[in-house]
Parts: sequence; C-alpha cells; structure tokens
Amino acid sequence: MRANWKTYNPGHFFDEIISSPGYARKPARRLASYLRSLTHEDLQQKKLAAELAIKTMGISFTVYSDAGNIDREWPFDIIPRIIAEKEWDHTSLGLQQRLQALNCFINDVYNDQKIFKDKLIPKELVLDSANFRKQCMGINPRYGVWAHVCGTDLIKGGDGQFYVLEDNLRVPSGVSYMLENRRVTKRVFPELFENHAIRPITEYPAQLFDTLAAISPRQSDYPKVVVLTPGIFNSAYFEHSFLAQRMGAEVVEGGDLVVEKDKVYMRTIDGLSQVDVIYRRIDDMFLDPSVFNKESVLGVSGLFNAWKKGNVGLANAPGAGVADDKIIYTYVPQMIKYYLGEEPILPNVPSYLCVDKVQRQHVLENLDKLVVKPANESGGYGMLIGPQASKRELAEFKRRIKADPRNYMAQPLISLSTVPILGDRVVEPRHVDLRPFVLQADKSYVTAGGLTRVAMVKGSYIVNSSQGGGSKDTWIVGDN
Amino acid sequence: MLSRVAERIYWQARYLERAENTARLLNVFSTLLLDLPPGTKLGWHSLVEITGTDQIFDAKYKQASERNVMRFLLCDNPGGSLLDMLANTRENARTTREIMPLEAFEQINDLYHFAKGNLKSGVDRGSRHQLLEEIISKCQEISGLMAGSMSRGEAYSFVRIGRSLERADMATRVVDVGSGNLLPDLSLGSVPPESYEPYENTLWMNILHSLTAYQMYRQNVKHRVNGEDVVTFLLQDEDFPRAATHALTTISHVLKKLPNDTKVAKQVNRALRFVQNGDIKKLLRSGLLEHLDSLQVEIANIHQSVADTWFLPNK
Repeated sequence: MRANWKTYNPGHFFDEIISSPGYARKPARRLASYLRSLTHEDLQQKKLAAELAIKTMGISFTVYSDAGNIDREWPFDIIPRIIAEKEWDHTSLGLQQRLQALNCFINDVYNDQKIFKDKLIPKELVLDSANFRKQCMGINPRYGVWAHVCGTDLIKGGDGQFYVLEDNLRVPSGVSYMLENRRVTKRVFPELFENHAIRPITEYPAQLFDTLAAISPRQSDYPKVVVLTPGIFNSAYFEHSFLAQRMGAEVVEGGDLVVEKDKVYMRTIDGLSQVDVIYRRIDDMFLDPSVFNKESVLGVSGLFNAWKKGNVGLANAPGAGVADDKIIYTYVPQMIKYYLGEEPILPNVPSYLCVDKVQRQHVLENLDKLVVKPANESGGYGMLIGPQASKRELAEFKRRIKADPRNYMAQPLISLSTVPILGDRVVEPRHVDLRPFVLQADKSYVTAGGLTRVAMVKGSYIVNSSQGGGSKDTWIVGDN
Repeated sequence: MLSRVAERIYWQARYLERAENTARLLNVFSTLLLDLPPGTKLGWHSLVEITGTDQIFDAKYKQASERNVMRFLLCDNPGGSLLDMLANTRENARTTREIMPLEAFEQINDLYHFAKGNLKSGVDRGSRHQLLEEIISKCQEISGLMAGSMSRGEAYSFVRIGRSLERADMATRVVDVGSGNLLPDLSLGSVPPESYEPYENTLWMNILHSLTAYQMYRQNVKHRVNGEDVVTFLLQDEDFPRAATHALTTISHVLKKLPNDTKVAKQVNRALRFVQNGDIKKLLRSGLLEHLDSLQVEIANIHQSVADTWFLPNK
C-alpha cells in the first residue's frame, strides 16, 4: 500500500485533493507529499492504530436491523479531507444566512403567514406537510428561533462548488463523530498537526451549551440543561451521552421528567429539580403524549404546554421540521430574498417538484436520469437513484409519484466530488458529502468543517452509516 | 443524581456481586458433592434450591442431573442464569457510562463477551473449575477498579448498597442450605449415624468456602468447624465482609451520604437488630428456618424502601 498520486484516478469526477495525475491542489499539497513519503508498513500501521483507538475510545454507532450485536464500531478512513479556509469562510456565511431565513420562515408559518399572503409559497404545500404542527400556531419562541441546531448536507459537484442537498432541522445527528474523528486523527498523524494551521473544532459542545443556555426562561449563570434521549436502543445514543458529558448536562429519558403546574422537573434522589432547557433528541410526535402521539412512552406528558407557556426551552422547537421537508427545500433561495433581502450565498441543487404538472411530466419522462426523494424521509431511505435502478424499481416509483405527487421531488444526479481513501492495497477515490452543524439563538455559529461522510464502496453514492458509509476527519486549512 | 441513574448503578452492582457469588457457589458445590457419600440427599438439586429457582428448573427438566443443573444455572435460565446476570450487569453499566470509570465499562463488556463464548463449556466437569475461577477473578477486578477510582459520593454509595444487600442475601441462603435442608437428610440416608461427623465437617467447611469465609473463620474462631459457630460467624460477625451483620452495617454507614435516608435507615436497623438478636444455639435446635425466612423478608424490605425512596416510581 503506497500513496501513489500518479496512478490515482478519479475519472471524470471532481477530486478535492488531486487536480491532475501526480498534482495536488494547493491546500492539500503538504498532505499529499507527506502521504507519498510513507511506506506500505507506515500506512498499514497507522490504519491499525486508528482502528485500535476507535475500539478503546468506545466510538460506536447502532444499526437497527442488526439484532443481537447492536453496537458497531465507527467506520473511519484515516486520510483527512482538506478544505481551504477562504472557501470555508464563504460557505459558513451561506450556512448562517440559510438558517436565519429558515427560522424566519418557520416563525412566519406559525404566526402571521405573510409568505402565503404574498403568494411566494402555496399555503396548502406547507399545511399539508407531515411535519407541520397545528398545535404550534401562535407561539413565538425567544429570538423567533425554532431550529437552534441544524445539520445542513452539502455536496460538491463537478464544478467544485458546494451545493445544499438538504437541511436537517429536526434532530440532526453526527456531530459527536465529527469530534471523535479529529481525536483519532490526532493520535494517528500527530506530526501533521505541527506543520498545518488546522482550525480547531473542539469548542462545539461549549457553543452548543451557550446556545441552549440562551433560551433558558430563568436567567441564571447555570441554567439546568438536559439532553432528552429515547434511550439506549436509539442509533444515536452514543452521541446523546457524549454531548451531555461534554456539556456537563444530564442525559434524561422521558420517565425521568415530570411536569407539574406547567413546569418541568427531573426526578433525582433528592426529589424534584427544575429543568430550564431540554435539548431533545426525540421526534416531535413522541415528545408529549397529551398533545402528539398518544401511544408514546418516550415523551413527557404536559411538556408541550410547559414550553408554550415559556417555562422551559426546547431545542429544536416542536414544529421546526416543517422547513426540512424536501418540497419546502426548493423554496429556500426565494425565502432568503424574501425575509432577508439578500442573494443566497449557497445554491440549491436544481430540483423538480412532482406536485407541479409540468415538472412532474419532466420527472416521469426522465426518471432513469434523476434522483427521486420522498418529502419526509431521512437517512437515505425511500430514495430512487434513477441511473442505477432496475426497470421494476422505475415502474414502482412512477406509480408512487402519480399516486402522491405532493410527497416527491426529483433532482439530477450530481456527480459527487471524490477524495482519496486508504483501500486494502492502494489509495483510491471515493464519493463524499459534508454535514456542517449550524447553531442559532442570540447569535449564530458554524462548525469549522463538519462531518465528512464517505461512500466506502467503489462508485457508490450512498454515504449513510446505516447503509455502509464511513467517515473522515475534515480540515479547514489556511493558505500557508 | 437522577433517580434512574441511581437505580441502574445499584442493579449493576447487585448483578455483578450476584454473578460472583453464583460462580463461587457452583464451584464449591461441584467439589463438595464429590466428597459426600452416595445416599445423601444433598445433591445437584440443592443448587437450584439455594438460588431459589427450583420451580422453574423442575418445570423445565425431568431430572436433576449434574449436566442439567449446570446448563440451567450457567446459561439456560432466562433472567436467572449466570450468563444473564452478567448480561444485566452490562446493560445497566451501558446506561450509566457517564458516571462510571470508562475502564469499568470496558471490563464489564469484556467479561460478558468472555462468558458468552465460554460458559457452555462449564457444563463439563473437566473445564468447569478453571472457567468459574476466571469469572470470579474478573468480577473482583471490576469491583476493585471501581473501588480504586470512584469518589465516595452518591454513585458509589449506590454501588455499595447494592453489593452489600446481595451479600447479606447470599449469606442467609447459604446458611439456610447448610442448616435446614440437608443435615437431617444426611441422617436419613444410607450412612450409619456414627459416620456423620466427617461429612458434617466437610459440609460446613464448604459452606464457608462458598463465601470465601474459611480462612477468616479459622483465624477468628479458634475451635474446629461446627454448625453453631459457622452459622454465628456468617450471620453475626461484624468484621467479615460477607457476613450478614457486616453487610447490613456497611449499608447503614453508607446511607449517611444520601439525602432523605431516614426511612431506609430505619429498615436497615430493624434488619440489623433482628439478625444480631438471634440466639443461634437455640435456633439450631428449632426455628432456624423460620428465622432465616424472616431475615430474608427484612432484607427484601430494605430493597423496597431504597426503591421507594430514591428510584423512579413504577408506572
């Protein structure tokens, strides 16, 4: 195994490290020549060191279908992904702008509904969304912010530009892996950190805590913040426990909380103790059985009212998901102009709405060239990748689109950019995406980089860890 | 501290202690039964009686053969087998990872995987001893790690309460077996009365071994091994860690670290008075079984008041 950049061949895709055979892009030059200097044994040994670090650090994720051994070790590739500082600063502004507009939109939907009156978005489209919560009408959370934590999925196309693929405004996960990836890389390549100016990312838990503290109804120096988890069997439990530990907050389950006189308390061995802010990692529908899903045993009865009365902060607010619907996504560039009076800094991937007759016709005729997505699924489930689909799958999707056009949108298959991974024998190109995390309360914050997800299978576009994807450390690197 | 976390850490400690005790019990009885003459009624079935699982066993197996009993106790009794005790230890530890030393979780995890892969081999007499010794020593390693690296705050208090209750419980069970059920059966067997004595000695020595009490007993009770002294030692000794009195005293000390402990403290003192006031000589002649039953109830009541005071209310 050697990093030979002359034989490394990304084909017609945009590669983020190598511009042409044997030549590295400027921000990645040091990394490329360092990797080339390593012997097969060096690389092998570093790969093993990373695997060992992941095992002993207990970094794991859970796969629902894997009954029995539910905790799996985190799949990780040791070669970091490099993004130039300048490019990132620009992207970061775009991400903040986008979340601000999305929050204006959510607040508008649940209050004045000006955007419908001005006929920018058809009202039915929003009110029909599976993530619209009529119970939230008339509520105005502090700073007008509903989505305090957003995981935005970015991809790079053949032109080397970042495009927004989707906004995750409900309970986005992955930030703990971003942080752990960096810890592993530091153990594996300590020498590289000496020669590079790599932006640190460790402050995220502190930033998250500040964001949560800012929405505390009781203004004190130490608001009681808790992380509400569905429990140990949730695929993101590792992250819930990780973030709580780093923030010095408690991890609680529904059964630990109780609402009395519209205030939320947790049950401790010393009796009830009031909770100020809940960073909830369970879905809207399970939050409060007295308002949403009555069958829910994960949530807390009375929680919604306590929040509505302003006695507890909830991040993200119930109903925030109305803006992470994939149909609403297509309107975000217009929202930015409408609410902020600014040009969008980051472009969307071009999209076709199946609810529109003309666009639907185009989608149905070109299904084998498009990617079709349902409005409300996440984790890559329920998608059709046209160019890779069988005739039967294509026919099935045609039927589904005709039956429920509101639920589908389609995009051209973007040629995702590639980065090198350490294969069994050689360094090989693989497709990646990027999930930065954006925070907003009294101020905004964007992580330096984010979680890079890699499709570990050659040629594959599927980056989800639940479906065989891996991940990488992501470096924002200065020019010198 | 969250009530749920307190509850899980308490159970984690209880299950770990129970697993260690069970492993030792199986080990000691496997050797003891080799020493006893044929015709005594102390047999493999006694093991399921001690662990209080005889009804489940009888429903499942026709014959209390060595292999059946061992399979049942090691890995074939959902919720009650040694394997499941370790699985429960691990599940409870997994959800309290934030407050335990990181290495403790890793070792508990290792122990569970080791047991899962190897416990079946303990059905065979040949490999049983070494296997159980290994389980015991791994359990002790974990307890030692927690003792060496956890602050003596609320979390560790729940560890100690769980562990001590389990010890008190085990002491009463083992005494129960030694005194009540088995000696009369010895005399009913085909063994002539004048030859009881060596077997009685063997039995009591092994009872001590099953609680690692033999050496401490010999150092503290200078007489030869006999029923009355052994029962007194295991129930009333103040210094031996697995004696009921010591275990209960430990709990009453630990309680002082916890809020709202009045109700629990009252119950612990009740149990403590009960065990200390027992006149063993008299009880051995009649009434020991009833005495032990009542003591078991007192111990169960301690658990109940701990749960009522600090744990999540039942839904």
